Amino acid sequence: MKKFEIEYDVIVVGGGPAGCVAARFAAEGGAKTLLLEKDKEIGIPVRCGEAISKEGVEEFIVPNLKWIRAKINKFIFTSPDSTTVEMPLSEEAGYVLDRKIFDNELARLASEAGADVITKSYVDELILEDGIVKGVGIRYLGSKYYVKSKIVIAADGVESRAGRWAGLETACDFRDMESCVQVVATNVNIDQNALYFYLGEKTAPTGYLWIFPKGDNTANIGLGIGGKENKKKSAKRYLDEFLQKNFPNASILNFTVGGVPCCPTLKKIVAPGIILVGDAARQVNPLSGGGIASGMIGGKLAGITSAKSIKKNDLNIIYEYEKLWRARLGNRHEIFNRLKEGIYNFTDDHFNSIARDFLNIKYEERNLYKLFMIALKNKPTLFVDIAKAFLRI
Amino acid sequence: MKDIYIHIEINKCDLCGCCVGVCPHDALEMTETNLILIEEACTNCSKCVWSCPVEAIEFDKTKAIKNNEKI
Repeated sequence: MKKFEIEYDVIVVGGGPAGCVAARFAAEGGAKTLLLEKDKEIGIPVRCGEAISKEGVEEFIVPNLKWIRAKINKFIFTSPDSTTVEMPLSEEAGYVLDRKIFDNELARLASEAGADVITKSYVDELILEDGIVKGVGIRYLGSKYYVKSKIVIAADGVESRAGRWAGLETACDFRDMESCVQVVATNVNIDQNALYFYLGEKTAPTGYLWIFPKGDNTANIGLGIGGKENKKKSAKRYLDEFLQKNFPNASILNFTVGGVPCCPTLKKIVAPGIILVGDAARQVNPLSGGGIASGMIGGKLAGITSAKSIKKNDLNIIYEYEKLWRARLGNRHEIFNRLKEGIYNFTDDHFNSIARDFLNIKYEERNLYKLFMIALKNKPTLFVDIAKAFLRI
Repeated sequence: MKDIYIHIEINKCDLCGCCVGVCPHDALEMTETNLILIEEACTNCSKCVWSCPVEAIEFDKTKAIKNNEKI
């Protein structure tokens, strides 16, 4: 078993996709890198719907059947009155992953690039000197260790506290926190190449319910709802009701809970000696709730910037990460967030009429752009929401 | 000293981190096996209660944790 060394250039806290990719790019760039994971194994528990676009994967890793459970070529939307509309996507437009194996593979790539990977390492404090982060305190197998670093990359998830310790404002508004529950269920007969989305006040208010295929009549079924709704009736109750009504014969193989911070990225994601990535930085796409690809992009930018900072021996270079993130995705997420807020105000009638209008378009001509235009027609105030995003009101 | 009315039912908790993410006071700590309320920091604001997907945190005025009693 590997012992902690006294000092690293870069310490990455958290071994999810964002952390693994950050560690890999930092190590590839020549930085002496340590990746710490609090759980005993990389990749579990899987708090995720596990769907990602092909594009989102390919930037980081060659698609491999080892961790692909389903190939996606269509969306199926179901409105509150049970109007079901299919929308074609390109062949193999996306995947449903086996996150456990996928995350392990990302960690392996980090290790291959030269990073040290240590699990069961819980970071419970930062080493701070004159307000500058200089390393981490780790609880590991009952003992406490202090490891110094030039840069800490906090990829410690929705429950991140590292940013707060460094003085950053990281709390997510409870209304933006999507409270999620999911099951992996079997004996579920669905199209194994489709992602299913259910919308409506009774199913998943201020969120959506998903059914994502995992092969062999198995599916990941889950939902997320905003905090304001969860306060009235919990996400678990909504899912229990849905499963009872729609899949009474399904066997539940796994039940997992999660939180998705569906807000724009934090205003500050860099402080002296520390960079935030992934859920810790609130880098999820606030409209879709998708976070694997955006977390990996955040991780890559953080890893590259850290390595550059180490190489040039200039710690101020890490502030470039903030600009790079905004240009790549952060600004776009601001717009998605406005759209999300607009959609939060849709009633069941809106969803029903959008679904019916969409049905009138020929199957092969349906796409997200047309769906969006129909949504605008049915709820013109969406224009205002989008305009606000551009004007940053 | 203030009384705390926030109670964690750890047997219901799945350690998802929603509550830690929304806590404005850094009053919750989640380790690999436990969720801990930091009573000195908690203000009873209840955002953690509202965000919990499985009702594992409750606000109950009849069951106060009296900080001063502990000292």
